[in-house]
Amino acid sequence: MNRLQPTGIVAALAWFILSFLALPAFAVIPISFTDTRYLSMPEEGLSLQHWRTFLSSPQWLGSIWQSLWIAVVSTVAAVIAGTLCAVGCWRIASSLSDKVRGLMILPMAVPTIVYALGLYRLYVDLDLVGTAFGVVLAHTVTGLPYVVLTVSASLSNLDPRLEQAARGLGASLGQTLRYVIVPNIVPGVLSGAIFAFIHSWDELVVVIFIGGRALFTLPRRMWDGINDNLDPVIAVVATGMILFTLLVLTAELSLRARRTN
Amino acid sequence: MLSANRQEASRHGAYWLIVLPALLMLALLYFVPLGNVLLTSVTDPKPGLQNYGLLFTSTSVQKALVTTVRIAAITTFFALLLGYVVAYAMRAASTRTQRFMLVGVLLPFWISVLVRSFAWIALLGTQGPLNSALVAWGLVDEPVALVRNETGVLIGMVHIMVPYAVLTLYANMRGIDVGLVAAARSLGASRFQAFRMVFLPLTVPGLIGAGTLVFILSLGFYVTPALLGGGKVLMIAEYVAVQINDTLRWGLGTMLAATLMIAVLGCLWALSRVIDVKRLFGA
Repeated sequence: MNRLQPTGIVAALAWFILSFLALPAFAVIPISFTDTRYLSMPEEGLSLQHWRTFLSSPQWLGSIWQSLWIAVVSTVAAVIAGTLCAVGCWRIASSLSDKVRGLMILPMAVPTIVYALGLYRLYVDLDLVGTAFGVVLAHTVTGLPYVVLTVSASLSNLDPRLEQAARGLGASLGQTLRYVIVPNIVPGVLSGAIFAFIHSWDELVVVIFIGGRALFTLPRRMWDGINDNLDPVIAVVATGMILFTLLVLTAELSLRARRTN
Repeated sequence: MLSANRQEASRHGAYWLIVLPALLMLALLYFVPLGNVLLTSVTDPKPGLQNYGLLFTSTSVQKALVTTVRIAAITTFFALLLGYVVAYAMRAASTRTQRFMLVGVLLPFWISVLVRSFAWIALLGTQGPLNSALVAWGLVDEPVALVRNETGVLIGMVHIMVPYAVLTLYANMRGIDVGLVAAARSLGASRFQAFRMVFLPLTVPGLIGAGTLVFILSLGFYVTPALLGGGKVLMIAEYVAVQINDTLRWGLGTMLAATLMIAVLGCLWALSRVIDVKRLFGA
């Protein structure tokens, strides 16, 4: 018997905790179909009124587009810069490049509020407050750690001699990247892209500070909505965000399965 | 030999070139802003350390600090407790069950903090389903205040932090040879003795890592305390935001932000002397 044998109570407790973790967020789904005008479960029957309000609101729909394209552009930028950085550090493999990789994950540890404050001051000087370009830059930099981590994980399974062989046979750096390295780390790059995308799509604190008066991504409009009045329309938005995240997470899990196989 | 070395160096030169874009972005758009916060904290409104003096003299600053450390500590305690049970059950489960449990942990992990905090407002509010159930079952006479107070903040924060604890603890437990526990059992230890004297000590590094991670992440929390605390539970991050947005006291705001950053990096540095920090963040 080479396994732990927990008592039934421990296992039951674990499943109870797991449901405490996984279930609460889904409460917003029935609430989004409420027939009342306030935040509650449906009372007499289901109603699509709040979904209609949402789908006919230019503000909410505009915010979706705003968030979506900011996330796409900053993900592409973070994936390119992050992948190149991870590959470079992997190949150099010195104590200096290890330090670079360590610096790259610092944005995950430093509290976002500190960064948001500093970025706001920088953006006031650069006249970038309230611009989508400014948000894209911020989300690119804070998305880098996810890409560097997943790509580095992929690279650690790759034999460095492959790269040496390619260069030894006369391939340029660009050719080596294009034909030898990148094809071998695609799952890692895609995982990084997914994480960077969700990061930007969900990011709130930086946008609150640098969004100015006019720039409302989806999380910021939700934040304002929750602080102003608890309209059930927010439950509709939350439902949409959950379903979207589930979709993206499923893609990531299938990638992960491919990577480990 | 010399030319081979030079060739090697120039090849690395090319690789440093592809590291550069990310490094430059990080330097200009990440470290410059952080440096700005540090600089402002000692120059606004006039040069000197008087902003930092407020840490020792201002009662409202001290109250925010105490609230922050208390909430972060309680959150860490419960996140470790609940996380340990889940990680332990995962370690003991079959591969198939493990995968199910992992999905249960990752699912909330990737749903945005904003959406989850909003869901708690809806669930725990006085008109919410939980209070309706409590009243209907006759457990309470009138709805209980579960949100817009410290209870709400703690529920929301523990909910967000448990997955971090589970993932870190589970990574540690996976490396433990459970044959040791079986050996202790066959030598006559009771189930509880085998756990307490063999398994538990081996998970101490995981507990330290998970505890530090959860604690430093909790210190800087903004969205959840702001929404679930209803303005009554002022943690440092929200206190900073109020200084900047409402009272425009940049000196005080940046000083607290800098203090927060130094505290977090200090904890990480201390931790790095014990375990490999990069692995905490999934490397």
